[in-house]
Amino acid sequence: MYKKTLWGAAACALLLASAAAQQPKTASQGIDEYRAMLQDGNPADLFEAKGEGLWKQKRGPKNATLEQCDLGKGPGVFKGVFVELPRYFPDTKRVQDLESRLLTCMSTLQGFDEAELAKTAFGRGEQNNLTALATWIAAESKGMKFNLSQSHAQEKVFYEVGKRLFFQRAGSHDFSCASCHGEEGKRIRLQDLPRLTQNPGDGVGFAAWPAYRVSNGQMWGMQQRLNDCYRQQRFPYPGFASDATIALSLYLGVNSKGAVSIAPAIKR
Amino acid sequence: MADPMRIRAQSSGGNAVVRVLMSHEMESGQRRDSAGKLVPAWHIMEVTASHNGKTVMTAEWGAAVAKNPFLQFTVKGAKAGDKITINWKDNKGDSRTDEATIS
Repeated sequence: MYKKTLWGAAACALLLASAAAQQPKTASQGIDEYRAMLQDGNPADLFEAKGEGLWKQKRGPKNATLEQCDLGKGPGVFKGVFVELPRYFPDTKRVQDLESRLLTCMSTLQGFDEAELAKTAFGRGEQNNLTALATWIAAESKGMKFNLSQSHAQEKVFYEVGKRLFFQRAGSHDFSCASCHGEEGKRIRLQDLPRLTQNPGDGVGFAAWPAYRVSNGQMWGMQQRLNDCYRQQRFPYPGFASDATIALSLYLGVNSKGAVSIAPAIKR
Repeated sequence: MADPMRIRAQSSGGNAVVRVLMSHEMESGQRRDSAGKLVPAWHIMEVTASHNGKTVMTAEWGAAVAKNPFLQFTVKGAKAGDKITINWKDNKGDSRTDEATIS
């Protein structure tokens, strides 16, 4: 009996040794593998195709296309605009991100009601179309490096405002964006959280949205991403395309200078 | 009408690898909406793949397939320039057919 136990212990020790030699995968390596497998069939492609179609389609009360929309590099230019947004637009006298600029174009060119559209819930009606458009425009800058302008006074103001908002603690949990995204190595469950006070690297953080979320089958733009961050912090929802969300986007975008955009990405 | 599929077909070593992304809600019929009412099932029932007009694969799908499904398969003996046609039918009677040329 005693002998048997000894043998058992020896066998156990051997098993442990061989397991250690194999170096089991860490949880985050496993997740990376899962993401790589999903990458091949990213359904964001579907939204991209839809967005491209919408750009050229005559729609809205004015029955016009968006082909004359100026996203920062002149009317109709869509290549490379995404990595330079948000920026200041002299015609609206506002700093605008991709989604708020598309909103402006849909209102001025196609005659959609801007306020009505901004009030529409994410994933419904025209909001769906706006997200598809943003997905396609973002995809047209895939592989390019972020390079946001800080030359206009308003852009500097928005950077400072965005920074304040990032560190502003409030709500029932006394949270700020910085609570999760202010240090290296933080996670929510198994999701690694990038440190957004600096360039978090290629295709991370600001450089990964719009993204398709596998868990709920939804395509999310940066506006919805920020909206959900605020929900998780138990803040009131920020207004769609509001100056606050654009300031926060601009802060993240300027910090990501030099990072390569992989949008539209795929998320768990 | 349903949104278009994305079909990519590439020849490799005498065969062709076909990758299809379909746009579909794939509602399982098990979920409830915010009012507590059952969301009716709405999913693809049948997928057919043809190579130059000849059916090479049929698949019966059900509620367990995810939203915006991705399908990959290999067609033996398919060459570059050949046509691959994919068709799906759902339980509401809607259907969609898209075609791609093997590259």
